[in-house]
Amino acid sequence: MNERRSLFILCCLGFGFAFLYIPILSMVVFSFNASKLVTVWDSAHSPTLKWYAALLDNDEILDAAWISLKVAVINATGASILGMLAGFSLSRFSKFRGRFALNAMTTAPLVMPEVITGLSLLLTFVAMEQLIGWPAGRGLTTITIAHITFSMAFVTVVIQSRLATFDSALEEAAMDLGAHPMKVFFVITLPIIFPAILSGWLLAFTMSWDDLVISSFASGPGSSTLPMVVFSKVRLGVSPEINVLATITIAVVTLMMISVALWMARAARLDKARQ
Amino acid sequence: MAKRSLLKRLGISGGTFVVAVPYIWLLLFFAVPFIIVLKISFSDIDLAIPPYKPLIESAGNHLIAIKLNFNNYFFLFTDSLYFSAFLNSIKVAFISTVLCLLVGYPMAYGIARSAPATRNILLLLVVLPFWTSLLLRVYAWIGLLKANGVINNVLQWMGLIDEPLPMLYTQFAMYIGIVYSYLPFMILPLYSNLEKMNWQLLEAAQDLGCRPWQSFYKITLPLSRNGILAGSMLVFIPAVGEFVIPALLGGPNALMIGRILWDEFFSNRAWPVASAVAILLLIVLVPFMMWYQSVQARESAGDGR
Repeated sequence: MNERRSLFILCCLGFGFAFLYIPILSMVVFSFNASKLVTVWDSAHSPTLKWYAALLDNDEILDAAWISLKVAVINATGASILGMLAGFSLSRFSKFRGRFALNAMTTAPLVMPEVITGLSLLLTFVAMEQLIGWPAGRGLTTITIAHITFSMAFVTVVIQSRLATFDSALEEAAMDLGAHPMKVFFVITLPIIFPAILSGWLLAFTMSWDDLVISSFASGPGSSTLPMVVFSKVRLGVSPEINVLATITIAVVTLMMISVALWMARAARLDKARQ
Repeated sequence: MAKRSLLKRLGISGGTFVVAVPYIWLLLFFAVPFIIVLKISFSDIDLAIPPYKPLIESAGNHLIAIKLNFNNYFFLFTDSLYFSAFLNSIKVAFISTVLCLLVGYPMAYGIARSAPATRNILLLLVVLPFWTSLLLRVYAWIGLLKANGVINNVLQWMGLIDEPLPMLYTQFAMYIGIVYSYLPFMILPLYSNLEKMNWQLLEAAQDLGCRPWQSFYKITLPLSRNGILAGSMLVFIPAVGEFVIPALLGGPNALMIGRILWDEFFSNRAWPVASAVAILLLIVLVPFMMWYQSVQARESAGDGR
């Protein structure tokens, strides 16, 4: 590559990653700051862990985190199953009635503004309650249904792109040898696409854990998720406990990403060794 | 074999079941809801729970009265607040998309042209912020931009400014927030497009005497058209309806349509007006969504060029 151009690209990469990471690092650094002003470093008493202790004492945040965790796990599991079925339909059945509609309904949520999805789901829950008496009121159930609906689209995309790159000849060979389609799915397809399902599950978990707008529409009294509590705090300005929460989130995500990357590298090595 | 015929006798083949379950779910919770929003957008506001009047009423004598109320739409068209909010949202989303492209394209290009080992690490670094919370990352900018925030403190310490610059709660802060949050959505489709690029074309162009910028403009840019379009849609469409970023970083007069919908719904309890806003927003965005879908179809078909 041209010398001058590669220098330009290098600068762009440096600037871009600085832009992406300076805000994140600033939250980590200031989570150890003793001052309540958050961004004014109190060098006499810092670094300190006192805001970490304060977070562990904050029942409002802990309760909301527990609600979010429950919703996120159920959502991720439901969205993975539905997304797997949808992704499988779209990539393995080339022609069926309504394929276009299914494709559209799994693409649209990827870009649909959240306020629209949230409003439409809430109005649907209200209409359903009037019509059949379920879901009675709004709470964890409605939040979970809403989350599954928007996050399954992301799982579908992940699974679909994995299925598109893997050779369906393997499945066909097993079928020719007399294996039942269900058996082919569980013995051949599922193990091969398992990493995609896992990343789909994690993606759906993260989207649910992080969602503010759709949860706000779908939630009722007493079912505030973590982002809803964080949002109402953050609207009033910066708070040291939120920096601690951010630091913990970043640490967990980073550890998870590294272990998934290592696990995948190991699986790839084992695969190579087997061949 | 016996099992399969049993399922067949029940009228359910495995294939039907696989297609039907996600299909019914999406119909029920994704397609039908829009019909309900459309319905509510035509009803009267009422001081009740839920705060709207039914559209279909029995008028006695086996008569059914359907009242379509166009007032909500009329209201949106007569009050210039909504119109300017629409225009402003589209403007903000468009400028943010261009800024994302300007920052994201060189990054995607650099990642696609680096060695495979570094490439994976750089990709991981692009995706990592996306996996941490969007809300918390937007919040981080409050700490950086506010009057006694990090940027003002550094600038004052360096002696470049005497008074803190007013940055938080401005248009500037909103643009930074949107570009920052949506950047990975621009980089990833661009990268997956550029990754498939045949770089020998560039060498050939150079051998034939093309200047580097010329070969970029004449070869790389046109070939990455689908990546540019896909990334731009992924930024533009959700950004038009964005709520969190204008609410946290934008000023009180940052008129974004997502924020207006939110306020109509939560503060004014005007559900029919909020529904009418949602319908108009959808009418604006659906052509872009269909465009996005056709770009995706072309890209996955592989020819794309």
